[in-house]
Amino acid sequence: MTTGGLLEPRAAEGFGGAELARLRADFPILTRTVRGGRPLVYLDSGATSQKPRVVLDAEREFYERHNAAVHRGAHQLAEEATEAYEGARETIAAFLGADPGEVVLTRNGTEGLNLLAYAFSNAAAPGAMAGTDPAWADRLRLGPGDEIVVTEMEHHANLVPWQELCRRTGATLRWVGVTDDGYLQDPSTVVGDRTRVVAVTHVSNVLGTLNDLGPRSSVVAAARRVGALVVVDACQSAPHLDITALTAPGSGVDALVLTGHKTLGPSGVGVLWARRGLLEAMPPFLTGGSMIELVRMEGSTWAPPPQKFEAGVPMAAQAVGLAAALDYLTELGLDRVHAHDQALVRHTLGVLAERPWVRVLGPAEPTDRVGAVAFVVDGVHPHDVGQVLDDAGVAVRTGHHCAWPLHRRLGVPASTRASFGVYTTPEEIDAFAAALDRVPQIFGVPA
Amino acid sequence: MDLYAELILEHARRPRHAGLRAPFEAEVHHVNPTCGDEISLRVHLGEGGVLSDLSYDALGCSISVASASVLAEESLGRPVPDTLETYQHLRAMLTSRGQDPGDPEQLGDGVAFAGVSRYPARVKCALLPWTAYLDALARAGVDIAAASSGAAPTTTARTTLEES
Repeated sequence: MTTGGLLEPRAAEGFGGAELARLRADFPILTRTVRGGRPLVYLDSGATSQKPRVVLDAEREFYERHNAAVHRGAHQLAEEATEAYEGARETIAAFLGADPGEVVLTRNGTEGLNLLAYAFSNAAAPGAMAGTDPAWADRLRLGPGDEIVVTEMEHHANLVPWQELCRRTGATLRWVGVTDDGYLQDPSTVVGDRTRVVAVTHVSNVLGTLNDLGPRSSVVAAARRVGALVVVDACQSAPHLDITALTAPGSGVDALVLTGHKTLGPSGVGVLWARRGLLEAMPPFLTGGSMIELVRMEGSTWAPPPQKFEAGVPMAAQAVGLAAALDYLTELGLDRVHAHDQALVRHTLGVLAERPWVRVLGPAEPTDRVGAVAFVVDGVHPHDVGQVLDDAGVAVRTGHHCAWPLHRRLGVPASTRASFGVYTTPEEIDAFAAALDRVPQIFGVPA
Repeated sequence: MDLYAELILEHARRPRHAGLRAPFEAEVHHVNPTCGDEISLRVHLGEGGVLSDLSYDALGCSISVASASVLAEESLGRPVPDTLETYQHLRAMLTSRGQDPGDPEQLGDGVAFAGVSRYPARVKCALLPWTAYLDALARAGVDIAAASSGAAPTTTARTTLEES
């Protein structure tokens, strides 16, 4: 080792064994056993993550000490609840490197994407854009001939709302294809003059593919060239990566969603981040209490964003829980969280490569992957693979993982997916691999 | 694992009476949207209410494919009301959470699915072919009201009606 090394920024390292053991002690559920006393090996964090005690405590403390309806009432608890909720928004904004005014709290990622999609169809209603900057009004009004571009690797949450928006407005849905090895194809042949929105996932929930969405990436550059809005689904990247580059000025990204329950936080809370100009121009999605400025029997006007998009009493305890989760991730250090995930991805690809009867879907290059490895065992349905793993206490996801078109593209009806969290250990991957070895034997396929 | 009885694996490896055949009075296509199991199934009714043919094309896990195979094996050539009785016994066993071991007299090879009842997530895999069968019978004009009462299976149906 040279002394010069001390002066250079060192690549972050993942978590060592003792450190990982301490970290795992923060997650009460990891101590339980399943299926007749077997230790739980939870490899389904891509579906939902487990929650550290600080998150559970934050929710409990909110209910035990500060519970009241947010943004209503003049009593002390109402004040405390409102402060807790708005404080959570600030923490979430800091995690995203964004302004709190650009952070809308939703119930989950799916709602954030629907909120965006409905802004476009609501913008088409007569009078909906009165008083809005005409340039923004033009960008939001869609009609026949306009195009929305998604990709073939989207989760249904970033596909079906856009399909439905096209159906409502007469716009056309187009999509960027996926290569055999799980990368996006060249978007420049799909994104064109009539493209108004490009909606793309940061990380594929099935393949783990990390899409390059930097300002000069092919996707973002193509969208910028034609003035299309870029919407990013960050549900699978936020738990593992620093995603602040996506919200930075000049990133080329206009909106982004993540969900709390995949990011160590509670279910029932998600985040939509969007640039202020876009939020100001967007008509509301859900309407009712809290989101109004003035209500008369004849009609109403809206509060400024983000309140314009938060109708009804919000999920304050869950927002507070999510803030605690993001603080927990920040404290671990997102560079180390990512390094830990990389180690797990490498290890998993390694153990699966030793089993020629396993066919891994998606990129072979570990650095192009985040959070998940999906695979098939030819001749055995993923449900049966998952059942054998479950019998050994190993929890994985089986099926199409809400990405049916992607599976169709890859020529498989479904797949088995092992996905990771900050608490996943290399030993758990070994236990998973050992359990997997029973599959060929039980189902009589060549090993 | 008590789920994968050898008889189930055997049926899954070599599904009996597989493939779609003519003639038929009704064809249905059922899918299990949570996992993508699919089955196309045809029924042909003969003289005296006998099930003359039941043909199918099943794509899915071993449980759903084996269930289709057992359905065909146990039902072909029998009076339709008898097959509906078998269905009721099978459904009672599958939804018993391990309490009902099943009656071999009634179920034949269907008793192999007793272990499935302890895995609630897999019960719908075993029921998929039977749900499709009931739907096909109804499309062919058979009164299935008695058999289909109770818990409604959670599959979605796309149906094609064809005259043979």
